[in-house]
Amino acid sequence: MAVKLLLDKAHIEGIRYYDTWRKNGGYTAVEKALKMTPDEIVEEVKKSGLRGRGGAGFPTGMKWSFLAKPEGVPRHLVCNADESEPGTFKDRYLMEFIPHLLIEGLIISSFALGSSATYIYIRGEYAWIPDILEEAIAEAKANGWLGKNILGTGFDCEIYVQRGGGAYICGEETALIESLEGKRGNPRLKPPFPAVQGLWMRPTVVNNVETLAAVVPIINMGGEEYGKIGVGRSTGTKLISACGNINKPGVYEINFDLSVEEFIYSDEYCGGIPNGKRLKACIPGGSSVPIVPANLLFKTAKGETRYMNYESLSDGGFATGTMLGSGGFIVLDEDQCVVRHTMSLAHFYNHESCGQCSPCREGTGWMYKILKNIEYGKGKMSDIDLLWDIQRRIEGNTICPLGDAAAWPVAAAIRHFRDEFEWHVLNPEESQT
Amino acid sequence: MKFSQEKLNKVNEIIARYPEGKQKSALIPLLHIAQEEFGGWLDVPVMDYVAELLHINPIEVYEVATFYTMFNMKPVGKYVLEVCQTGPCMLRGSDQIIDHIKNKLGIQAGETTPDGLFTLKPAECLGACGYAPMMQLGKFFKENLTIEKVDALIEDLKAAAKN
Ligand SMILES: NC(=O)C1=CN([C@@H]2O[C@H](COP(=O)(O)OP(=O)(O)OC[C@H]3O[C@@H](n4cnc5c(N)ncnc54)[C@H](O)[C@@H]3O)[C@@H](O)[C@H]2O)C=CC1
Ligand SMILES: Cc1cc2nc3c(=O)[nH]c(=O)nc-3n(C[C@H](O)[C@H](O)[C@H](O)COP(=O)(O)O)c2cc1C
Ligand code: SF4
Ligand code: FES
Repeated sequence: MAVKLLLDKAHIEGIRYYDTWRKNGGYTAVEKALKMTPDEIVEEVKKSGLRGRGGAGFPTGMKWSFLAKPEGVPRHLVCNADESEPGTFKDRYLMEFIPHLLIEGLIISSFALGSSATYIYIRGEYAWIPDILEEAIAEAKANGWLGKNILGTGFDCEIYVQRGGGAYICGEETALIESLEGKRGNPRLKPPFPAVQGLWMRPTVVNNVETLAAVVPIINMGGEEYGKIGVGRSTGTKLISACGNINKPGVYEINFDLSVEEFIYSDEYCGGIPNGKRLKACIPGGSSVPIVPANLLFKTAKGETRYMNYESLSDGGFATGTMLGSGGFIVLDEDQCVVRHTMSLAHFYNHESCGQCSPCREGTGWMYKILKNIEYGKGKMSDIDLLWDIQRRIEGNTICPLGDAAAWPVAAAIRHFRDEFEWHVLNPEESQT
Repeated sequence: MKFSQEKLNKVNEIIARYPEGKQKSALIPLLHIAQEEFGGWLDVPVMDYVAELLHINPIEVYEVATFYTMFNMKPVGKYVLEVCQTGPCMLRGSDQIIDHIKNKLGIQAGETTPDGLFTLKPAECLGACGYAPMMQLGKFFKENLTIEKVDALIEDLKAAAKN
């Protein structure tokens, strides 16, 4: 049986509301945490081995311990609910259906980090979710879990929800901070990391929705117990949002010892591919991670079973592996055209580039144009090499990783599906439709 | 052109979420309210009014408003159909939905029908990839779309507009 730590109560009728949440064990983690010292909480999170669920997988406890604490300067916790990576819709599920889990996580984390004004930055298009969150916040406040002198600890805390304006780049933490300050979402150079200079140049921790929700089971069960669940450095559980050509798209909480094959074919998860079609390829961690062909998805290049965890998915590096990323799991069946899919993603990154760095601003535009030519039968063989060259020149040469995120999918598509690009060049008539 | 007292109270409540002197942080939330209140797009006088409320320069509002895709810089129809066209939605037939809307309404992407009812605005991933194809309509999402559902939706909206 798979262990569930986040969605274990998601099926309970009315769990969105405070009374039901509380009756089912809600807010016990806050009660417990507020009897601990902030440092003890950070220690538990460190012991748990929790890694950031926003995609980068950076150890959360370590990030928290890097938070600068200059005398007299307020600190902030910011919850990253910008969720815009194509294929990713897990944070939405948490906020929509079990908002109190996130609010609990936010109260505990705010206490641990010393944030008395905590902000949830949510993508503007999730326009109905702020109402749900604000209702949960009001319920928590009415029951004494937020506001002044919480549980007699002397700790004050308010949580505010802010909507974005529609910009993928505002999920990048420094762009998010700029946006929260009322500016364009232009990423800042790191370092300094937000932990030193973040919101209004104050020390700030930015964490993903799912990361902060995971703090609740960590406190409830203890960091050490949490750390025992999982495989190696992939501890706890992970939400995966599955989409594309599968029978049962949706959000699943998985254990890290689940094989990729079982995830796709088991009825408990994706339920296989519709209409008996064959699997062609998969992008397992959101659009920014490399696409892998079916033959490298279930088994690594070494012939070992591939599992749904950080290490196993990236086994083989970019040559034969991919990444867990944000957990946006995109499945392509045999009828799909990899060139067309890659073109669509190139359009996405070009549209979303903030325009600060020329390799990203210009390169993503060129990649889209060339891919469009190839897709519509107007490409040349040399375009494929040109495309390869452009992506290589973007990678690693930009302020933020959006450039890399645009380059990797193109590189992986050419690496594994060069024959499809060539087919389009050689068969212009058939490509034009 | 001014916010109602009720909206002004909301504006003040939003500004109070940020520390003294950091009221500029309220800019994006205010632009959302302004767009909703003043006809679905941000005309220059509207942006100037927001600048005044926040005690910032108008240019600071323009540069932000133009950066974010949710803010319309020109008039739009009564109903804006924002259909997601990104990869995962494409895998489940968003191209056909977009083509169908274009044919049915006789407009191209970004255009508005002559009666001012509908604007088609192709969108990038909206976080509903598992429920694709989909579109955003005002505050909510319409998910698991089919041609039939789109037809029914357009008829419903036409009827609603008459009443
Ligand atoms: N969930 C989503 O919708 C999306 C997720 N992503 C993911 O984002 C990832 C890239 O994110 P980045 O934030 O650029 O990665 P990063 O590796 O630079 O940082 C990860 C986190 O660790 C912190 N950190 C790293 N080193 C630190 C240090 N020395 N001191 C203090 N803090 C430190 C950063 O502040 C950040 O919060 C990609 O891997 C991608 O998977 C990308 C697009 C969308
Ligand atoms: C272009 C880009 C977009 C990003 N979008 C998101 C996002 O939507 N949600 C998110 O949690 N992290 C996103 N990230 C990662 C954040 O910068 C940051 O690493 C994360 O919020 C840290 O939280 P975590 O440690 O809890 O994962 C994005 C990064 C980049 C480069
Ligand atoms: S890499 Fe692209 S998105 Fe990131 S800062 Fe540079 S131009 Fe902007
Ligand atoms: S790709 Fe359309 S909602 Fe994500």
